[in-house]
Amino acid sequence: MEDITKLSLHQTRDALNKKQFSCKELIASHVKEMESSRPLNLFITETMDHAIKSAEISDNNIKIKKQRNLEGLPFGIKDMFCTKNIKTTASSKMLSNFVPSYESTVTKNLWNDGAILLGKLNNDEFAMGSSNETSFFGPTKNPWKSNGSKNYIVPGGSSGGSAAAVAANVGVASIGTDTGGSIRQPASFTGTVGFKPTYGRCSRWGIIAFASSLDQAGTITKNVKDSAIILNSICSYDPKDSTSSNKLIPDFEKSLERSVKGKKVGVPKEFYQEGISEEILNLWDNGKKWLKESGAEIVDISLPHIKYALPCYYIIAPAEASSNLARYDGVKFTHRVEADNINDMYELTRSDGFGEEVKRRIMVGTYVLSSGYYDAYYLKAQKVRALITEDFKNVFKDIDAILTPSTPTSAFEFGEKMDDPLSMYLNDVFTVPVNLAGLPAMSVPVGLDKNMLPLGLQLIGKSFDEETILSFASVIEKAANFKHSPKEWWKNE
Amino acid sequence: MSIDKNLIRKIAKLSRISVSEDDVKDLSEELSKILEWIEQLSQVDTNEVEPIFSSFEEGAELKKRKDEVADGGYRENIIANAPKTKEGFFIVPKIVD
Repeated sequence: MEDITKLSLHQTRDALNKKQFSCKELIASHVKEMESSRPLNLFITETMDHAIKSAEISDNNIKIKKQRNLEGLPFGIKDMFCTKNIKTTASSKMLSNFVPSYESTVTKNLWNDGAILLGKLNNDEFAMGSSNETSFFGPTKNPWKSNGSKNYIVPGGSSGGSAAAVAANVGVASIGTDTGGSIRQPASFTGTVGFKPTYGRCSRWGIIAFASSLDQAGTITKNVKDSAIILNSICSYDPKDSTSSNKLIPDFEKSLERSVKGKKVGVPKEFYQEGISEEILNLWDNGKKWLKESGAEIVDISLPHIKYALPCYYIIAPAEASSNLARYDGVKFTHRVEADNINDMYELTRSDGFGEEVKRRIMVGTYVLSSGYYDAYYLKAQKVRALITEDFKNVFKDIDAILTPSTPTSAFEFGEKMDDPLSMYLNDVFTVPVNLAGLPAMSVPVGLDKNMLPLGLQLIGKSFDEETILSFASVIEKAANFKHSPKEWWKNE
Repeated sequence: MSIDKNLIRKIAKLSRISVSEDDVKDLSEELSKILEWIEQLSQVDTNEVEPIFSSFEEGAELKKRKDEVADGGYRENIIANAPKTKEGFFIVPKIVD
């Protein structure tokens, strides 16, 4: 059977169960795609041998009808998840030789349900970036290109490798992390579906920490149903993460069939911003129309403090990062620059091991937490965060979900925003508020812009109500009928 | 808020990051720009607002484990990634004279 890598996760699962091909054949096909996609720079570490070996176990389980939820399905994992005895770098020089002796809870859940690791995917260094350009190992390239242009464009970030792999049919799905939009923005840039569950749904144990009050694991997939299937496996209560929730985990797959009739969808007026393109506004209007046609009601809403979400985030996230990254001091984690005294050793190690953006954020974080500035910056930001969270709570008294664009623009070219950190930060304007409030949200591809690059719409749900946004996302997915895929130029490079 | 070169040197010290004199100039410009942009938060009236430090589910308490040994004995694993070790210890430059 040709082109089995083009199948989605649930199509692949059905075909495996019907024995249309074996898991061994499936993995062999994906390994072939991995090899031919090397010009995209998707992987930092490839684990092909492990995948080929695991396929045998899965074939046997299918044979004896003992298949698990994700039996035999190949996944790429963002290199922010610790994988036992497999190098985990956070795309940083600082961890370029780090081999964890333990497995993150999210990936452990995947392997327990039969999923197979293809390799560790590229991302922005320590998940800090929106274009993949801060990776120590060089950026992943977006499989998409502007119409008629030869130039490479960014896959978004920080889960750029995860999104690009799914768009290039390498693995049936990927796992990423989302601290300020790091799953949803690259999903929007690559024509894939990105899902960030509620803060606390997935354990953070074994995820290399960036900003602990915002970090959350999630999925990048070819369609909405696939993300529901994976959520059933990765969400779990974990005593090893004190912010992991023990709320009941529903069968997410079932929520796809729910009707949206009579449900209310809010459209925040503050998201109509300067600089947002006509095309995105049109797609947003289409989204509203599709939901209306399915019986949902569209309601105008206001989130008055939302315009402060981005500056608020750029205090909180760097503050938490400066604390989390203090552990990389040349003593415990692989990288060290030798010096005569310990302070020089610390300073030279950190100067050499961290990239520009990471250092910038550590310094901003150190400054806003420093004596004399703590109240003016850090405490102020946490108060604004409370107001933003309150804004969401108020509107969710009357509505079931919120519909917005995922990003203000489509994917941009390499170098376009690297010289100006602020312009890069502004790319996350629609995704960041969700993390500050800990809400679930997803990006669904809905169309192409004039340059033939994909664009997505974002659905935001109430806390722990992933089911409602999955049902809305299903409606939008069906109506948008997004069937585009990138030309496979990387196979000729 | 403008971050002058001296302040950059101080922040770098607190961050335990060595910066060259060339970097000091660039960082001073970049951080000033970022912090000027962040200043807009001062427009928000937060006098009556209680800060929140986590978006963890409302009303739920952080789950604590019992204060007892549940796991351990991984000395080799813990030092496995260290750049320098000896007889099960981390080795660092001399700290006390």
